[in-house]
Amino acid sequence: MRIYLARRLGQSLLVLLGVSFIVFFILYLTGDPALILLPPDATAEDVQKFRQAMGFNDPFIVQYGRFLVGALRGDFGQSVRHGEPAFNLVIERMPATFELSGAALVVALCLAIPAGIVSAVRRNSALDYVSTVVALLGQSMPTFWLGIMLILVFSVQFNLLPSSGRGTLEHLILPAITLGLFTTARITRLTRSGMLEVLSQDYIRTARAKGVSDPPVVWKHALKNAAIPIVTIVGIELGTLLGGSVITETIFAWPGVGRLSVQAIYNRDYPVVQAAVFLLSSTFVLVNLVVDLLYTYLDPRIRLR
Amino acid sequence: MSVPISARTLDLAADRSPARREWVAFARRLARRRTALFGLVVVASVAVAALGAPWLSAYDPTEQDITNRLKPPGSPDASGRAHPLGTDQLGRDILARIIFGARPALMVGFAAVAISGVLGMLVGLLSGYCGGRVDDVFMRLADVQLAFPFILLAIAVIGVLGPSLPVIIVVIGVSSWVVYARVVRGAVLSLREREFVQAALALGSRDVRILLRHILPNAFTPWLVVATLDMARVIVIESALSFLGLGVQPPTPTWGGMLADGRVYISTAWWLATFPGLAILVSVLGINLFGDGLRDTLDPRLKV
Repeated sequence: MRIYLARRLGQSLLVLLGVSFIVFFILYLTGDPALILLPPDATAEDVQKFRQAMGFNDPFIVQYGRFLVGALRGDFGQSVRHGEPAFNLVIERMPATFELSGAALVVALCLAIPAGIVSAVRRNSALDYVSTVVALLGQSMPTFWLGIMLILVFSVQFNLLPSSGRGTLEHLILPAITLGLFTTARITRLTRSGMLEVLSQDYIRTARAKGVSDPPVVWKHALKNAAIPIVTIVGIELGTLLGGSVITETIFAWPGVGRLSVQAIYNRDYPVVQAAVFLLSSTFVLVNLVVDLLYTYLDPRIRLR
Repeated sequence: MSVPISARTLDLAADRSPARREWVAFARRLARRRTALFGLVVVASVAVAALGAPWLSAYDPTEQDITNRLKPPGSPDASGRAHPLGTDQLGRDILARIIFGARPALMVGFAAVAISGVLGMLVGLLSGYCGGRVDDVFMRLADVQLAFPFILLAIAVIGVLGPSLPVIIVVIGVSSWVVYARVVRGAVLSLREREFVQAALALGSRDVRILLRHILPNAFTPWLVVATLDMARVIVIESALSFLGLGVQPPTPTWGGMLADGRVYISTAWWLATFPGLAILVSVLGINLFGDGLRDTLDPRLKV
């Protein structure tokens, strides 16, 4: 187990190294940062001096090395627009994004797992039919359209819930549903198909033949085996949620990292973009590490690989 | 007496190749699923709309009519022709724009899926069959890819390179290979242990032959299901990028771009945002239904 843990940790670090390289490389391609950072009336000589001072004339690998060392210390440079360290700007907005993603995940799990189980156990019943149709619609609906429609109904028409900002629980409801619906649909369908597959296995029939009653078969024998793909997808979905928050935050003016990074991209505020992408990715890697460890608990065979 | 009959039966069976018979049987089974058939009809209609847009729509999607701005669905224009779904803030016909909007959506969908599908298939085959180092390298690459919030990556790259059709297609295509690779790799891993592959190995077949003749055809069906369903995802992404102003640029009508316009007028003109969203929903739903039918037909285990 300890060897597995060490190997898995090493892998995660490697992934982060890859992420840092791509983040740096994409923004390296963006062209001359000196022209963005300096006022438009700077002379050619000023530009040259500035480049030298900032190290923009150094070879690619040296610049990357410097970026990496900075990133490890949490130093991504100053935000061009806000004049604050980029790292601080992103960290300040992290809680809002976590709150939204977390709420969306809670919405998704609370709806999806019971719906999926009921669908599988009572296959072809009216309940199964309803949950399947809702899941299908949810999976086909673009997030941003759902968000706009929710605003149209609940904010514009009935004036029940706020359409933007953060603060109270009311502010959280619409964005969390918007962000969580796709994940809900996905987990519902996965739970249903996973349970159906497991329920048709021989060991379930054996358990039933031995006289185990229905609820323990479903909860103990079936769900634990159907849980493996669900746990994996929750890890991946959290990435989808963190990434999807970009659009949801934009629609609902939610003050999180997603909205910050979209604004930063429009403003060409590259230090902030680098910090945001790097930190969001790190969060995702960390979550997946935890998910993988959970995985080995659910299916000990994986450890032996 | 029984001899001629069996000879005739044999003759008939030899008429069609077994592979083709399989396909016919498969098509029949697929057609029996009403939801899959419905999905196929929807997808076909969207494709027809995209191809025949100039003939199908009564209006030019970019023609402005300032005197008829923000008219609700059904309002007539100056010459008495109706705008079935109303007009937008520049007096353009919304139905025409939705019909023309199918073009960028499908174009990006097909092209991006082709790129990522082929990439993913190659990676999955190599990764699953070679195992060891090769597998490690590809799977770590997949982790790096998955660790990126996709939409941020797309926004950053498109922000740098500028939003054009090829850039959008390549960005989506190159960054979506992981699902294919994982599915194919999983299939290869289990196929590799199966008797027929072991038998081929024992008979001395070369790796390339085993991969192409024995493994690829069996790994193809899960790939096809992923490709179909991924097309739905790509269409949503394309419209999300257009929504953020990073998709195909105006004046070309896109569903996402129309939604972005509609969001501005949400409190006065609900039809602006509602109908393009419905267009996305229906197309994506059609593709999903078809993909599900495909999967269920191809995976007999779920049929019970």
